[in-house]
Amino acid sequence: MPSRRAKSRTIQVNYLTRAEGEAALRIHLRDGRLIDLRLEIFEPPRFFESFLRGRDSREAPDLTARICGICPVAYQMSTVHAFERLYDISIDPAVRELRRLYLCGEWIESHALHIHMLAAPDFLGCDSIITLADKHREAVERGLRIKKVGNAIVAALGGRSVHPVGACIGGFTRAPRRDQLADLRERILRVRDDALECVRWVSHFDLPAVSRDIEFVALRHPDEYPMNDGRIASTKGIDASPDDFDDFFEEHQVPYSNALHCKVKGRGPYFLGPLARVNLNFDRMGPDVTAVARGTGIPWPNANPYTSIVARALEVLYAIDEAVRVIDAYQPPPAPAASFEVRAGVGRAITEAPRGSLYHAFETDERGLIHSARIVPPTSQNQARIEADLRELVPDIIQRSQVEATHLCEMAIRNYDPCISCSTHFLQLEIDRH
Amino acid sequence: MKPRVAVFKFASCDGCQLQFLNAEDELLTLARQIDFVYFPEARSRALEGPYDIAFVEGSITTPDDARRIVNVREASRYLVTIGACATAGGIQALRNWADVEQYRRVVYPSPEFISTLSTSTPISEHVRVDFELWGCPIDKQQLLAVVRSLLSKAQPVLPAHSVCMECKRRGNVCVVVARGEPCLGPVTRTGCGALCPAFNRGCYGCFGPADDQNMESFARLLASQRITDDDAMRRLRGINGYVRPWRETGDAIAAGKK
Repeated sequence: MPSRRAKSRTIQVNYLTRAEGEAALRIHLRDGRLIDLRLEIFEPPRFFESFLRGRDSREAPDLTARICGICPVAYQMSTVHAFERLYDISIDPAVRELRRLYLCGEWIESHALHIHMLAAPDFLGCDSIITLADKHREAVERGLRIKKVGNAIVAALGGRSVHPVGACIGGFTRAPRRDQLADLRERILRVRDDALECVRWVSHFDLPAVSRDIEFVALRHPDEYPMNDGRIASTKGIDASPDDFDDFFEEHQVPYSNALHCKVKGRGPYFLGPLARVNLNFDRMGPDVTAVARGTGIPWPNANPYTSIVARALEVLYAIDEAVRVIDAYQPPPAPAASFEVRAGVGRAITEAPRGSLYHAFETDERGLIHSARIVPPTSQNQARIEADLRELVPDIIQRSQVEATHLCEMAIRNYDPCISCSTHFLQLEIDRH
Repeated sequence: MKPRVAVFKFASCDGCQLQFLNAEDELLTLARQIDFVYFPEARSRALEGPYDIAFVEGSITTPDDARRIVNVREASRYLVTIGACATAGGIQALRNWADVEQYRRVVYPSPEFISTLSTSTPISEHVRVDFELWGCPIDKQQLLAVVRSLLSKAQPVLPAHSVCMECKRRGNVCVVVARGEPCLGPVTRTGCGALCPAFNRGCYGCFGPADDQNMESFARLLASQRITDDDAMRRLRGINGYVRPWRETGDAIAAGKK
């Protein structure tokens, strides 16, 4: 028997709100010591990798898009790039540029959604964008204007912003004419000042000042800010081809989560997303955006997860400028999509989803039917890092009230803009045929 | 008092409830007319029922969710399903064709940690549904039309004719006639604006079956096209593959090739 009663306390968030999908958090403390901490993802698995087996590779971009309603473009992009490697298809340069534009649209809508609807209420003492609008109407309207333009870009290339229909292996089913993008260009330019103001707004939030030992991971390209192309880079020295993903990263299952955890082999958790991209590619954002970034007074690169919201706002500005650049230089490709022959093989690709690097690997048979599929979404890769951040938060929250402690934990999780719906679809189902 | 509105999520991608937040021009006006008392994706504070209107996204795939939907129904005066998952079981209903015995032999790292049913089923297989909004994703304008109807205490009515009608109105070149491309447009419900044919490709059935579909005739059309039976079957077993008329035709094709 212990000589005194241990003082036990549980901090429990049963349903993490203002996040995409379903997760809970349990922290168990005893005598001010952390006993257990679990980010529990209870979002039901949908087994995408299982039912993709036997489907035609040409159907895949429409199917993997359904993993996520917020970032379907990134899923389509990782899928088509993986099959283009597999079938040895070279993409017309104009198509490559259109795909950057397509992703710019998704980054803008997804980031604007997170900044204004999911994260900003934390910093301004509101429970939702609706109550935020009562106090900060102008900022909310500005955010909605930016988000709407992001959706318009995606719709211009794919017909609609959620599960767009235009992307296919080899390119797009339809390429826009130059004049069809003229009006879009004006609409994008009209929100540039909004995006600048948004950077200023979020950089004045009361961001907790912390610095952590974090390994940031993102794609890096010789001369572009990374979207569809590049090598895997990390702040602790990884420099690898996406084909070698498995040599550097490993997935493992924990009993309390429907999403697999990921680690850098032999090291530990890693951090994906806008802050990782900015940290690793600050010199690829162009002079205008880097000047704005320096003007925030926040050092770049930095290891403070709370500056993620500012990194996200900087990427909105970058994506606006990049979208305009693509439109200005655009000449329609001779054909919207390259033709190709299917064959048996393996193809892998990583593209940068709004929330970070999204890895896809497919194996096909000689008819182009999918033999196996593997999808490693950014949120599952971030899970272990989120838990590491929460563990570091424990000393701060021990003395706080339950309401305050919950709020601080939720804020720490929202730094990663977790997309839980995405993260649970990749449970590996291995069918043992023996 | 403003109607108390709840948005629930089951197995889904979040894309349909996202259409509320994608209503950039209407969201703040909407919030003056209704009170989102339960909407975890958008609001931290969650209030208990009863709810005047419950919007339900996602399909039922776990034992817990099968119980939860009963509670949602009891707490809600009017229940609207939003999207293909809630209305037809969704893309994840492809598991419904998986061999259960084979499922038992499935090996993954630690299967005992995973709680799942062997089927993905629409909400209407579990509780009474007052209105079904089709689409993968649902159309934002259709969603707002439903909200408007309910605010004026009218039963919502949406067109249920085929994509073909919309496609002709839009002036698209028919991908079936001009290019011999398989297209689900003749049997699919309107709502997307005949998007796929406008993007030079066949419809893949996001909005589920039209009310005037003729599956017998459509099966003959598919059979006359230069595609394999497997391909024809896969096209029907897609986003809305578990919905009855498409399931039956897909199963008939599968049986025929054996």
